[in-house]
Amino acid sequence: MIRLDVPFTEEKIRSLKVGDMVEIHGTIFTGRDSVHKWLYEGNQPPVSLKDGMIYHCGPVLIKEKGKWVVKAAGPTTSIREEPYQATIIEQHQLRAVIGKGGMGEKTRQACQKHGCVYLHAIGGAAQVLAESIKEVENVYEYDRFGSPEAIWQFRVEGFPVVVTMDAHGNSLHKEVEAASAVKVKELFEQITAAKQ
Amino acid sequence: MNSAQQKKFLEAFIEIIRKTSCELPKDVTDLLKKGLGDEESGSNAKYALEIVDKNITLAKQKSQPICQDTGSILVYVHYPMRLDAEGLAKVIRKAVVTATKKGYLRQNSVDSITGKNSGTNVGPGSPALHLEPWKKDYLDVRVILKGGGCENMGVQYSLPDSRIGAGRDIAGIKKCILDAVHNAQGKGCGPGILGVAIGGDRGSSYMESKVQLLRKMTDKNPDPVLAEIEESCTEAANQLGIGPMGFGGKTTLMGIKAGALNRLPASYFVSVSYMCWAFRRQGAVLSGKGDIKKWLY
Repeated sequence: MIRLDVPFTEEKIRSLKVGDMVEIHGTIFTGRDSVHKWLYEGNQPPVSLKDGMIYHCGPVLIKEKGKWVVKAAGPTTSIREEPYQATIIEQHQLRAVIGKGGMGEKTRQACQKHGCVYLHAIGGAAQVLAESIKEVENVYEYDRFGSPEAIWQFRVEGFPVVVTMDAHGNSLHKEVEAASAVKVKELFEQITAAKQ
Repeated sequence: MNSAQQKKFLEAFIEIIRKTSCELPKDVTDLLKKGLGDEESGSNAKYALEIVDKNITLAKQKSQPICQDTGSILVYVHYPMRLDAEGLAKVIRKAVVTATKKGYLRQNSVDSITGKNSGTNVGPGSPALHLEPWKKDYLDVRVILKGGGCENMGVQYSLPDSRIGAGRDIAGIKKCILDAVHNAQGKGCGPGILGVAIGGDRGSSYMESKVQLLRKMTDKNPDPVLAEIEESCTEAANQLGIGPMGFGGKTTLMGIKAGALNRLPASYFVSVSYMCWAFRRQGAVLSGKGDIKKWLY
């Protein structure tokens, strides 16, 4: 298990490789569809994202005694942000993106070029991930985007993720897809042969 | 239905929804445990399944949703004929509204044209109610919550399909199933379970693929041809190496449940509904008065 503390250094991020299991400690920001589109259009974020990360997440929070409490905070599907992510990594000097399902070619290249990684959280594990969020430090653009789409600032401890796209141009998603494509072809041939 | 009866039924339906959202059925957790045992220690796959296992325990303890996407709400009810179906539907909708307020369900129902969230999970098509009268004096209630990530991985084939070389035969059906698993990769939050329907029209076929998901993972298809498809394709899918979350590994698919409907001579559909590991499915037998008599899974 590798421990990763925010803010990240480029050196630390570049030392990570696909398959590394990582626990994150420190401040993270959520951002999903609206935030990505908005940043891509040139709007400045309310806080600096430099050497930090964006978590693709639309959390469920409720206010208890005037304080925000996280009820569920699993990842959402990342590929929807593919048109925007590379530009945002570059312009805001992001060091990591957290989500699920992996991202595409443009993001893979941006990670390599700018020293960023894609960290895969466990889809559906809303409670485990909510448990590792120790504090809701702030929320930005709440009125503009609404609760699930706002930029939430969380302090996390031991937030578990797997590196699936590293800063060396590797993508576990690409590898698994390619290997399974070969296997599926083989299985198709077996099925056709069994018929004859 | 008088108001005392309504109250009884309302409580029962809220409890069924709560249990569905917060507790996975044993037949599913058994398969996840088996997957956890099968994966190599130190692997990404094992890591993913360990977190899944922890999450299941935590959600049950805290009585909070296993996954934040509490999904489409699919409700299947058989009810005694003497019961008023309209009243029953009303009670179920009310239970959904209350379960949403209590946080068992996320506000998850959006007007497709205006983009406005109803905030209650009630609106056209939500919850999806399937009410059928029967001659018995009790109710059989089953609920599935199916998240958007896995629902997006569902697919319908119209055979013959030249892309994958699938003809109108058993071999063709098998290719559709394996192609669907391959296309989903980790994006459906695997290890998954497939509900498959062969035949029907486009609509009935997809509906049947979801009805198949009501079957227990441990049952055996009474039709030997379908049973063979289920078993051989599950085994084949697990050779693909996609693994939990698409991290690579042995546990890609936990099972397949397949059914067949008659079709038109001109049509031959194979419909696949992908269900994520967070297979939220519960059910109960209710007395005619609305008491929960027995849990079904």
